Amino acid sequence: MCTSFMNELMTATHNFTTGTGNTFKAALYLTTATQNAATTAYSSTGEVSGTGYSAGGVTVTNGTSPLSTNTSSTAGTAYWTPSASITYTAVTLPTAFDAVLIYNSSASNKAVSVHTFGSQTITAGTFTLTMPANSTTTALLRLATT
Amino acid sequence: MALVTTTKGEMDESLLEKKEGVVDNDSEYTTWVEYWLDGELVHRSAHVQLKKAVVLSAEAASFN
Repeated sequence: MCTSFMNELMTATHNFTTGTGNTFKAALYLTTATQNAATTAYSSTGEVSGTGYSAGGVTVTNGTSPLSTNTSSTAGTAYWTPSASITYTAVTLPTAFDAVLIYNSSASNKAVSVHTFGSQTITAGTFTLTMPANSTTTALLRLATT
Repeated sequence: MALVTTTKGEMDESLLEKKEGVVDNDSEYTTWVEYWLDGELVHRSAHVQLKKAVVLSAEAASFN
């Protein structure tokens, strides 16, 4: 999770409410790029490029607002997961990439989280990121007290 | 007849050499498929399922 995002949670910068909330996007980054907890906002530096890919990536489908569950009188989890896979269709991305940045395009492209995976290239094909189940233990983003 | 989108346009799958693979580790479950024509890669798709979610641990100080 991007450290700046944690700060921005306390300043009401991000709104994950379905329909009336912000728009979140997902951009892919090359293996040579540096995307990590210190990332504060989307940048085209190090982003993939190729046929069928638009700078900035694709919009994340947000069909379910954040949820929360108490697991005890002193602990609980709030969580959120995009409601559909993140898909880049009919693209050619010839240079190896291994990270996706989720960011808030409604709030100056501020960073939310970086997720890494094994190095990939795509040739006249589709790249799909399937989301985990949206639950207290598996959701893509989880804020937990113990 | 299954058609495959390639760098040379739509092609009948039977004309292509197909390679598939899986990566399964603690971080991801990934499948990929490649189609080759006369030693040239003409299609590659990948499907990544992330296993590791990002967890923010929240704490509040107590006064006792």
